[in-house]
Amino acid sequence: MLAENIEETLRVQLQASFIEVEDESALHAGHAGAQGGGGHFVVTIVSEQFVGLPLIKQHRLVYAALAEKMGGAIHALSLKTFTPDQWQQS
Amino acid sequence: MTESVQEKIDGLVKNNKLLVFMKGTPQFPQCGFSAATVQILSTVGYPFEAVNVLEDNEIRNGIKAYSNWPTIPQIFVDGEFIGGCDILIEMHNRGELKPLIQEAFESVKA
Repeated sequence: MLAENIEETLRVQLQASFIEVEDESALHAGHAGAQGGGGHFVVTIVSEQFVGLPLIKQHRLVYAALAEKMGGAIHALSLKTFTPDQWQQS
Repeated sequence: MTESVQEKIDGLVKNNKLLVFMKGTPQFPQCGFSAATVQILSTVGYPFEAVNVLEDNEIRNGIKAYSNWPTIPQIFVDGEFIGGCDILIEMHNRGELKPLIQEAFESVKA
């Protein structure tokens, strides 16, 4: 399962303390932008590595970890990144 | 990838205060993330320029290299890449987006 693969990759590479991957591919099947056939995923991730970084850098870390899947198996990725402190307050 | 595509993108980025590379047009977005981006930018209320990447495959691939960002849409304010749809939404929710855009439009041209 790709969703499990994404979860495992991020857990290892970003030492995520919490991670949830939702596969929303079925909601987007067939729309004009998705003709490549890759999946749509929503990832919620909590990592100590995000501390002190602006959102853009947090997202870059996630994209870098998933680089080989981006544009292929993953067509679209919606990211919700949190530091452990932010996650506790949310 | 040819150099001219990167130059073309760079020109677009530098010559527009508020620019979005998206799938489809603001009137007819072809992707939910692009639609959400247009909706938020419309809420903020400043004019923006939109480039439809589905009409130009060179730009579609070139913009990802230009900003080193793998997804569309991509939003640029005052020549600077600020992120994709999720970041735009989060900045909007935090109340940081409008001041940033306002500052870009009010800044004096050199």
